[in-house]
Amino acid sequence: MNDTTNILAVGVGGQGILLATDILAEVALAEGLDVKKSEIHGMAQRGGIVTSHVSFGRKVYSPLIRRGGAHLVLAFEEMEALRAFAFLNAGGKMIVNTQRIIPPVVSSGLAEYPSNIMSRLKATSRTIVDMDALKMAIELGNPRLVSTILLGGLSLFLNFDQKAWEEKIKEGVPRRTAALNVDAFREGRRLLNGYRIH
Amino acid sequence: MRRLLSGNEAFARGAYESGVRVTTAYPGTPSTEIAETISTEYPDIYVEWSTNEKVAFDVAFGASWAGARAIVAMKQYGVNVASDSLLRSPYIGVGGGFVIINSEDVGMFSSGSEQDYRYYGKLTLIPVLNPSDSQEAKDYVGVALQISEDYNTPVMLRSTTRLSHCKGVVQCHERVEKEPIGFPDDGRFRGIANPPALQRHYQLIERFHRLSSFAEHTELNRIEWGDKKVGIISSGFPYQYARMVMPSASFLKLGMIHPLPVRLIQDFASEVEMLVVVEELEPFLEEHIRSLGLNVVGKEIIPRVGELSIEILEESLSKVIPEIKSSNAKEIQGVSIDTKDLIPRTSTMCAGCPHRGAMYTLNKLDLIATGDIGCYAFGIHAPWSALDTVVCMGASIGNALGIENAQRTMIDKSMTLPVVAVIGDSTFIHAGIPELVNAVYNKGTITVLILDNSTTGTTGLQDHAGTGVTLVKEETKALDIERLCRAVGIERVNQVDSFDLELLEETLKEALLADELSVIISNRPCALLPQAEKHPAVLVDETCTGCKLCNALNCPSLMFDLTQTAVEGNEKKSWKAHIDPITCVGCSLCVQVCPVGAIRAPQ
Repeated sequence: MNDTTNILAVGVGGQGILLATDILAEVALAEGLDVKKSEIHGMAQRGGIVTSHVSFGRKVYSPLIRRGGAHLVLAFEEMEALRAFAFLNAGGKMIVNTQRIIPPVVSSGLAEYPSNIMSRLKATSRTIVDMDALKMAIELGNPRLVSTILLGGLSLFLNFDQKAWEEKIKEGVPRRTAALNVDAFREGRRLLNGYRIH
Repeated sequence: MRRLLSGNEAFARGAYESGVRVTTAYPGTPSTEIAETISTEYPDIYVEWSTNEKVAFDVAFGASWAGARAIVAMKQYGVNVASDSLLRSPYIGVGGGFVIINSEDVGMFSSGSEQDYRYYGKLTLIPVLNPSDSQEAKDYVGVALQISEDYNTPVMLRSTTRLSHCKGVVQCHERVEKEPIGFPDDGRFRGIANPPALQRHYQLIERFHRLSSFAEHTELNRIEWGDKKVGIISSGFPYQYARMVMPSASFLKLGMIHPLPVRLIQDFASEVEMLVVVEELEPFLEEHIRSLGLNVVGKEIIPRVGELSIEILEESLSKVIPEIKSSNAKEIQGVSIDTKDLIPRTSTMCAGCPHRGAMYTLNKLDLIATGDIGCYAFGIHAPWSALDTVVCMGASIGNALGIENAQRTMIDKSMTLPVVAVIGDSTFIHAGIPELVNAVYNKGTITVLILDNSTTGTTGLQDHAGTGVTLVKEETKALDIERLCRAVGIERVNQVDSFDLELLEETLKEALLADELSVIISNRPCALLPQAEKHPAVLVDETCTGCKLCNALNCPSLMFDLTQTAVEGNEKKSWKAHIDPITCVGCSLCVQVCPVGAIRAPQ
C-alpha cells in the first residue's frame, strides 16, 4: 500500500480533466501497475468543479485520495488549485495552470474572485509549479489543448516512459487531433523542463 | 487482457463475456454507461433504451423466458418505477439468467434523495450481490446469471455512483455463448394468478432457504484473517475504505448481501474481540447481524448519510479504536494557507439553453409551477425561482391537477393561482403520458409546458422515443408529442420558439386564462446537440446603464464589470454588462430583455 502514488486533478467542467486523467490511468496500466481512477460525472459539464482521483501502485484499494494524501496535484485553474491545496501530502507537489475561470456569482458582481492565489500557494513550503498552458494552447491553435500540455508538465514528475504517454494520448484523443495533441504534450514537457525531478 | 474499466463498463463487459443476448435500460445517473457501452462495443447483444424502467424490466424478463440471458440496468430511483414487475418476478421464475443491475446515487451527486435499495432484496426474497470494484463488477454478472439459472430466480446486482464511475483494472476474457432454448412449450403458465400463487409463495420461501445455504459456502463471501482484536464486516466500496483504514484487522467481506450467511457471520464474530459493521446508508447488514444476538459497532459511530471515505471512516472508527488516528495522522502534515475567500461553483443551465427563457417567463408571471426531473430543475434556484415543486419523473402533471382541484373547492378565490406543470420531453415520455391522459379525462384546466429539447439532456444527450433514433443509432419512428396531445383530446396545443420571449409569455398568459387544458411545447433543441443553432456572440454597447435586468436570465456568458468614471470631479462606480464572446451562442434572450437596447447582435 505504501508504494501507491496518488494524483489529484482539479478544475472546472469542460477543461478536459477527465480525458487527461483517463490518459494518465492508461499509462499507469500499460506500465503494469494496479490503477484506480474516480470522479463524479453528472452536472460537471455545466460549470461545476471537477475533481479526478488517480492512484496507482502494486495494489490499490481506495478510489479516493484523502486530504493530505496526494503526491501530486494537477490544477487546471487557479482557484481550484487553492481549493485542492489541503489534499497535498508533506512532500507534495502542485502544478498550477495559471488560468482563471470566473464563476457566474463573480461575473454577476455578487462576489470577488480570490486574489494573490499564486503567491499564497508559493508562500507554503510545498513545491508549486506554474504553467500558462492556456497561452501555449492558443499559440498552438486550440484552447482545448490545455489538458495535454498539462500532462506534458505532469509527465516530468513521473517515472513513465515518454513513448507510453504519447501512445496513450494518440489512443485517447479524437484521431484527427492526435498529432497536434502529441505536439502539445511535448511543448508542455519543454515548458517545465527546468523542474525535472526524475 | 487487462483493461481499465469503470464499474459500468465492467458490468457491460460481464454481460458480453457471459453470453447475454438482451439488455434494456432507461438512461440516468449513475447507470447510463452500462447500456451505452454495450451499444458501442458489443454488437452481439441486443440493447435498447426503453421508455422507462418498468418497460425495460418487462422486455428483459420476456427475453429471459425465451431462454436468453438478459439484463436490465437501472439508475437511482429506477427500481421504484419497475417495482410492480420486480415484486412479482420471483414468483414466476426465469428462463435464461435474469439480472437486475441497480445503481444507487449514494452521496446524492445528481439526485435529490438517498435510497437504500438493498431492502428490495428483503421485500422480494431476491438474492442481492454487491461488488466492491470493477473486477468484481464484471465477474459478478456471470455469477449472478448462474445463480439466476440454478435457483430459477431474478438476481439483483447492486452498484453505487462510486463503483459505477470509478475505473479499475479488469482481467477480460472471451465471450461464451449461451444459445437461448426459446419460449418453452411446457404448458406452464408464466404469471401471477390464483390458485397457483399461494403455492408459489411456499416455493419462494423454500428457494430462499436454499439460497441461504448457498450464501454460507459461496466464494462471494470470504474471511480475510488478520489481527483478531477487530473484525470488520463490510461490502462494496466501503470494504476498500475499511481496508485502508484498518490494514491489519480481520475482515468478513460480503459479496452476497442477501440472504446473509448466518453461520459464517457467527463463526467470524466468535473469533474477534470487537465486531464492526462498515456500510453506507442504512444499517441493513447491522440490523440483521444484531438480530443474531451479536454485539456489533455500527451506525452509532458510522454516518447514515452520504458516501463514506477514508477520512470519515477514520474519524468514526477512532471513537472505538483510539490508535487509529495516531497511526495515520503522521501522513497529514498540514501547512496553513488562507482559503476563506474561496467561492463555490454552482452548475447552471448552459449558454443557449432552450429552458432559460421558460424559467425567466415563469418567474415573471403570477402562477404556481410544478416541476419535474431534468435540467430545468435548475429553475428552482435564484434568480429564476421559477419552479415551486419537484418530486419525481412525471409527477408535475398530477401535482398540478391536484393543486387545481384543491383550489376549485376554495371559497376565497383570491388565494388561488393558475397552475402550470413543467416537464421535459424524455421525462414526459417516461412517466408523463398517463398523467396527461388523467388530467384530460378528469377535466383539468391546467397548463402543461413541455420543454422539448429533443434529447435526454441531463443524463448526457441520450436518444428516446421522440428523437427518431435508437440506442444503436438506427433510424426509427419518432413520437410526435403534439399529435399525441391532440390524440388524447387536447385542443389547445401550441408550439413556441424557446428563444421568443414575447411569444412564450403571450401563449402562456392565454393558456392560463383558458377554461380548458392547454399544452405549450417549447421546441428548440438542447444547446449541446450538434443541430442547435449557433450565432455570433451578441455585443453590449456604451448605453448599458448597469441596471442588471438581464441578470434575471442567469446566463453564464453574461458578465458585469465595475467601472469607475469621473463625473464632475466625483469618482462614480457603475456596473457595465459584457458578453463572453467564447461561450455566447447568440440565443438573443438578453437582447430581448434589455430595456435600453444596449445589447444587440453584431451587424
